[in-house]
Amino acid sequence: MNNIHSEPILTEKSTRPSALRRIVKTPSLLTGILMFAILILLAVLVPYLSPYDPSEQNLSAFLQPPSAAHWLGTDQLGRDLLTRLLYAARTDLAIMILAEIIPFCTGVLLGMISGYYGKWTDKVISLITDAFIAFPFYLIVIIVAFASGAGERGIYITFILVGWIVFARVVRGLTASFRKQEWIASAQTLGLPGHRILLRHLLPNVLPQAVVVLMTDMIGLLVAIVTLGYLGIGIAPPTPDWGTMIADGQPFITTAWWLSAVPGFAVVYTGIALSLLGDGLADIWRRKS
Amino acid sequence: MMEPALQVKDITVRYGDYTALDHITLELAQHTTLGLVGESGSGKSTLARVIAGLIAPDDGQLLLGSVELRKKRSKEQHKQIQMIFQNPDASLNPRHSVRQILAEALRFHRIVDRSQVERRSRELLEQVQLPARALDRYPHEFSGGQRQRIAIARALSVEPSLLIADEPTSALDVSVQRSVLELFHNLRTELNLTMLFISHDLGVIHAVSDTVAVMRQGKLAEVNSRDEFFLRPAHEYSRELLSAVPKMPEYHS
Amino acid sequence: MITSSVLEVESLTLTAASGEVLVDKVGFSLAAGESLGLVGESGSGKSLTLRAILGLLPRGVEQTGGTIRSKAVSAMVFQDPRGSLDPLCPVVKQVTEVVYYRQKTSLRAARSIALELLMRLGLPDSLATKDRYPSQLSGGQCQRVVIALALACKPGILLCDEPTTALDVTVQRQIIDTITNLQQELGFAMVFVTHNLAIAANLCARLAVMKQGRIVEYGATPALLQHPAEAYTQMLIDSVLPLPELEGGGI
Repeated sequence: MNNIHSEPILTEKSTRPSALRRIVKTPSLLTGILMFAILILLAVLVPYLSPYDPSEQNLSAFLQPPSAAHWLGTDQLGRDLLTRLLYAARTDLAIMILAEIIPFCTGVLLGMISGYYGKWTDKVISLITDAFIAFPFYLIVIIVAFASGAGERGIYITFILVGWIVFARVVRGLTASFRKQEWIASAQTLGLPGHRILLRHLLPNVLPQAVVVLMTDMIGLLVAIVTLGYLGIGIAPPTPDWGTMIADGQPFITTAWWLSAVPGFAVVYTGIALSLLGDGLADIWRRKS
Repeated sequence: MMEPALQVKDITVRYGDYTALDHITLELAQHTTLGLVGESGSGKSTLARVIAGLIAPDDGQLLLGSVELRKKRSKEQHKQIQMIFQNPDASLNPRHSVRQILAEALRFHRIVDRSQVERRSRELLEQVQLPARALDRYPHEFSGGQRQRIAIARALSVEPSLLIADEPTSALDVSVQRSVLELFHNLRTELNLTMLFISHDLGVIHAVSDTVAVMRQGKLAEVNSRDEFFLRPAHEYSRELLSAVPKMPEYHS
Repeated sequence: MITSSVLEVESLTLTAASGEVLVDKVGFSLAAGESLGLVGESGSGKSLTLRAILGLLPRGVEQTGGTIRSKAVSAMVFQDPRGSLDPLCPVVKQVTEVVYYRQKTSLRAARSIALELLMRLGLPDSLATKDRYPSQLSGGQCQRVVIALALACKPGILLCDEPTTALDVTVQRQIIDTITNLQQELGFAMVFVTHNLAIAANLCARLAVMKQGRIVEYGATPALLQHPAEAYTQMLIDSVLPLPELEGGGI
């Protein structure tokens, strides 16, 4: 008679694979993690790895092709290209990550509030997001960059102003769909206050999707940083940055094409790493639920 | 006579022009189960949500014991009424383990001492016939019936004086439905619960209720004792419902 | 009686992409005008068997063994009436289209056949003058439209996949009565999938009880219900919760 009920008996061991196992079983995530880790590691360790100083000029050895001494050659001022490339990664990646912190937090928070409480909170927040979306992002960056002077400050300010919108929109939609689910109703029946439901119950559920969006958003931000550097209204020389490197190499594109191509490739590499990371995380989280 | 556990007085809920609940008046006696029947759109779930404090009524009054439940309920009043929902796939937070689910309720209402949370959680699982190793699992690792048991354990954890079950077995397979109904039956006698049990399935209502209330289009059609309702329903609509239930053919051999 | 069978399923085996066997050597036959109930709980493979007969297996599921021989057109009625209708196309038009393509009539004739079918299924006459979208109809009315769509194919076999599960009891009763009457009039054979043994017992002369992809018990309805050989069948019988007899009878 023990086999009548079709309800499975709870297994002895959890069937939930460990986090590590799940990562290993997702090739896109694994590749993304490896690619990004290598980049970060090289960027962090470059002062110890490279014998060159990124701004040290050596005019007797300018525009050299790749060689044993200079793996990627030198630029028009005789600086080692590989060293500059990795120092530029330090600058650009650091700005990219730092500039996302505040927008990510405010965006997730506002999105949850707007999706959970609905009514006038939702109306106000949606109005703001719609208003900002109507402005082209680059227009705002350029205006702020001119107003605050060139350099990374413009990027931080612009991003604090508009960067949260993408997170707010995604999280708002997610929250609104979770809000209709019954586990939220049970939390409300328990009498839990709104902030507790938001932070302890909703946050863990919206965070995965928000992190996936963060990955793609970072790619956009990196491209913005590099573009501004290229246009000369981003990071100011002599601080190494991929954008200024591309711009500096441009006059020599026919003779020393790698000067511009290599930092360009670095941007593409980072973009691929981040999108693999995002895709992989989305994959894992989709499979889990 | 004992004071009713819950009194619903003239409760009305409107959505624009649509009246979801139309002056509902109902009493729920202590330690009994009221079975609430009705077809889709009858307003039975809306009534449950009003009582649970999830929807504020436009009109009318709710009395829990002798205390009026207002729009803003106290923490204690929230604790007194707990609810179990229909859809086992959505009734538990997918990112909380069973341990977190039970501890959240126990801690928030300070049901037991911090050090006793673990022990109490195990007891609760035992009460709904789940092994203690379930504590470290996440909702997706359980079957529908098991999730419903966890939802019951969570609702019971805060020791409510009224338990609302909104179609708790409708999404389950028939064999599982039966074992969950048995669980409700045992808990009722063990814990002396007062329950509002909502179902569209008259067989289920017959199995669990002391009193039956029938709703139709936002109005209460009939309130009757269980035996009276199933044998001699007072309302024509109740009779229509009862005769529509598919029955096993009878064979005389 | 082998000659008169319209459907023969022999050791049908369906396998998921993962290698898991979902339906295991299922076999039954269906005579013209006969009805068979496939009863079981979720995961028993009853709906998949039905879909295999219609040739509509979901992606990732393959037939890995057995044969299905069908001598008649089959049409299916699904569980979710709204999901089986095109929400952006008014219902008379939907039925007309099926009649037009399946019965190869003129468009004008197709429309009058469609209307006749819909009226016969108890939909309001007002549809003739004012067509309606599925969202403007109730769940029960939508299910009637779905049945009309199935009948528009002039099926010899009607496959029903829990057609009343999503409906209220009173509506369920009406739909079951409608199906019974239509079967008597039109004489199609029917495979009726349900988890509710009482419904199957009332509709079908023979029953097959399915569990975990296999038919565990198969036979004439009265014999099977009175002397179930399997504990599982007994459990399904017991799961139909008893109700006392109404005094003064039903309606």
